[in-house]
Amino acid sequence: MKNKFTMTTLMKMATLFCSLGLIVVLFVPLWKIELGAPQYPEGLVLKIWPNKLGGDVEIINGLNHYIGMRHLHTEDFPEFTILPYIIAGFSLMGFITLFINKRNIFTIFVFSFLALCVISMIDFYRWEYEYGHELNPDAPIIVPGMAYQPPLIGYKKLLNFGAYSIPDTGGWIFVAVGVILLLTWILSRRKNIKLIK
Amino acid sequence: MKKYQYIPFTLIALAAILITGCKPKNAATALSGNAAEKVYVAPGKYDEFYNFVSGGFNGQISVYGLPSGRLLKIIPVFSVFPENGYGYSEESKAMLQTSNGIVPWDDLHHLQLSQTNGEVDGRWLFANGNNSPRVARVDLKDFRTTEILEIPNSAGNHSSPFITENTEYVVAGTRFSIPMGDNIDVPIESYKKNFKGTVTYISVDPKEGNMKIAFQILLPPVNFDLSHSGKGPSHGWSFFSCYNREKANTLLEVNASMGDKDFIMAVNWKKAEEYIKAGKGLKKMVNYYHNKYDQSTHNCTSTLEKEVLMLDPTELKDMVYFIPCPKSPHGCDVDPSGEYIVASGKLAALIPVFSYSKMIKAIEDKQYEGDYEGIPVLKYESVLYGEVKKPGLGPLHTEFDGKGNAYTSFFVSSEVVKWNIKSLEVLDRVPTYYSIGHLCIPGGDSRKPFGKYLIAYNKITKDRYLPTGPELAQSAQLYDISGDKMQLILDFPTVGEPHYAQALPAEMLMKKSTKFYKIEENNHAYVSKGEKQAKVVRDGKKVHVYMTAIRSHFVPDNIEGVKLGDEVYFHVTNLEQDWDVPHGFAIKHANNAEILIMPGETQTLKWVPEKVGVFPIYCTDFCSALHQEMQGYVRVSPANSNTPLTFSTGKTSAEATPNK
Repeated sequence: MKNKFTMTTLMKMATLFCSLGLIVVLFVPLWKIELGAPQYPEGLVLKIWPNKLGGDVEIINGLNHYIGMRHLHTEDFPEFTILPYIIAGFSLMGFITLFINKRNIFTIFVFSFLALCVISMIDFYRWEYEYGHELNPDAPIIVPGMAYQPPLIGYKKLLNFGAYSIPDTGGWIFVAVGVILLLTWILSRRKNIKLIK
Repeated sequence: MKKYQYIPFTLIALAAILITGCKPKNAATALSGNAAEKVYVAPGKYDEFYNFVSGGFNGQISVYGLPSGRLLKIIPVFSVFPENGYGYSEESKAMLQTSNGIVPWDDLHHLQLSQTNGEVDGRWLFANGNNSPRVARVDLKDFRTTEILEIPNSAGNHSSPFITENTEYVVAGTRFSIPMGDNIDVPIESYKKNFKGTVTYISVDPKEGNMKIAFQILLPPVNFDLSHSGKGPSHGWSFFSCYNREKANTLLEVNASMGDKDFIMAVNWKKAEEYIKAGKGLKKMVNYYHNKYDQSTHNCTSTLEKEVLMLDPTELKDMVYFIPCPKSPHGCDVDPSGEYIVASGKLAALIPVFSYSKMIKAIEDKQYEGDYEGIPVLKYESVLYGEVKKPGLGPLHTEFDGKGNAYTSFFVSSEVVKWNIKSLEVLDRVPTYYSIGHLCIPGGDSRKPFGKYLIAYNKITKDRYLPTGPELAQSAQLYDISGDKMQLILDFPTVGEPHYAQALPAEMLMKKSTKFYKIEENNHAYVSKGEKQAKVVRDGKKVHVYMTAIRSHFVPDNIEGVKLGDEVYFHVTNLEQDWDVPHGFAIKHANNAEILIMPGETQTLKWVPEKVGVFPIYCTDFCSALHQEMQGYVRVSPANSNTPLTFSTGKTSAEATPNK
């Protein structure tokens, strides 16, 4: 039955891993922004889950009122309503791909997942930009020219706070899934197929 | 001849040098090389032990870190504390309620950490109020006084609050004997006839810690001084030192010191429990208050209790025995094995060590030398294990290191003496600066001492620190006792006048320390769980201000319509839900104090304006960069004015809900 249109064992394993991994992602935080300041030796953290904001949200909101940043509320982000469905959908899509067992379907699966990753990051950046720049002009502290956009990924100093933005468990699973899918796809291209045979 | 005329001068000069050279070394030179290393706790690092130190006449407990000797906190217990509003806020006033009204001061002498199986367990800390007899319980999660129980039929609650090995009971023995009952207006001279002593057993609820007087024992009019309960084999017994066997009521210095021996009193409290079960004992009508702080309502309730159960050992036999003890015993300490009871006669030249097993045998064999007011007195020799000979002058208290050694403080010779419990041999001695009273080894009166350090709490300070006028801090010294020889490693000043102290490893408490109170668990009757709930309500002449505090504003911060003759109650809720963000509240010319409100808590300051005008309010605890902006005004109008009751804060943000 084996022919050039059905999926290789590697493709199947990668797809299965991805589908299972995405189920785990539903129940763990995706991303975190760690904040440190002289007054907060214990640190503060904002956790972004697939369906909500977590961590020290209220404390961060309390501090943000000084610079006039809008309060962070889960309800204000439509993403938290749809993201769990998208993740679950991709997991399901993986299982369907396995069932159909066609290489071209696998390719579609790989690239739509990568597209999701890119769109998510753009969306994340857009929100960071909006909250970091759209400040209340009546805020107690106004530093001319200062914006408070946290880094997309990595470290940035914002007044007395150091902000460190990195993937959390879910984010790392996302990264692993993306990398495995992409590598599998590259290795499985016909000109590379001899490499794994 | 002329060349010899200088000889006498030379001799005098030489003699002077020799004599001053012979003068004993002082502490500055007695300190050895690596002491600084042993007590240095680097910035950002933590101390190894919490040291809870009684404050004596300041009515407070101070908490030090060891080995650094740094003061970490003061816990107000029996004294008002304007610094945080304890005893001033409407919620905490009732903590100081007694059958004689609010008594805002006391003399706090002794501390006891709660124990399980004879080992400190880090749940609660008990303290005695000496002057207006009371026992307090401090919760070691939030380091606050949570309960105070008044002791009736007592005067000078000195031999207290010593506990039994599973914290079944806290004991409270009266220092002064007094006339009791209906006829108390009697001549002082009728002491022998009309005066009586008592010891009280307070039961402690094993889960919540709530205290309740279980029973009292009616005793002859001696003075009860100190106590410790049995442990291990001697669990079920308590031992009390007694002086004034002579029953003197004046010039006790002479009249109570005439007899060769006073007593150690042994109480079989398990026997007392049997009698109570059998329905023995008499209910006595008394009045005493029980004050309890509720961490959910953030409020204290006072309950007037009306009776105690009194047991009379002259009728209920086999419950109380006296053991003769030389010369006005003070300290009464039980070693970790529970077998040896060390008594220290303040005026004795030796330390008698009694044996629990010999005592039991002596009781079985009825080895009595007679009775004292109907209570059997055991023979000294039949209970004595042995005597520590010539240990020093003025022995007071003894603690243990768990390695078979005892450490006794000597007031008169100003030293700590280490001796072996079994061999009764003196092993080492170190001077203290000056005239030590109590001493403390972490866990040093429990079945499991932690050893390592010994702290001397001294009664005389003199030249130890920079002079501060006639009134000085008290001095304490820290010794490393991990080796064979005690080594002085630190000298630090203490507040109040420390008596007994307790210490335990830091990790037993630091993890469970409360960071803030959860606002959703705040059940205060006047809480405002969010700025939208803030309001001002008039109830006749009373004005209730439901106020919130969050960085950096009060809601409301402008109030009008208060009139002369009103009583204003500021119920301030701190909406913060983060560690170390207290807010303070003060109003101009309030004749009581400020209040400090911890995150999630509600506290109330009562204010009776006496003049017409506008009165500023402000936050007293530097809370944020805009702390100085955290302020407002209250307008007070004449009694007959028509100023309407209004309140506001600049703009009330829709976002201002309590943190969840």
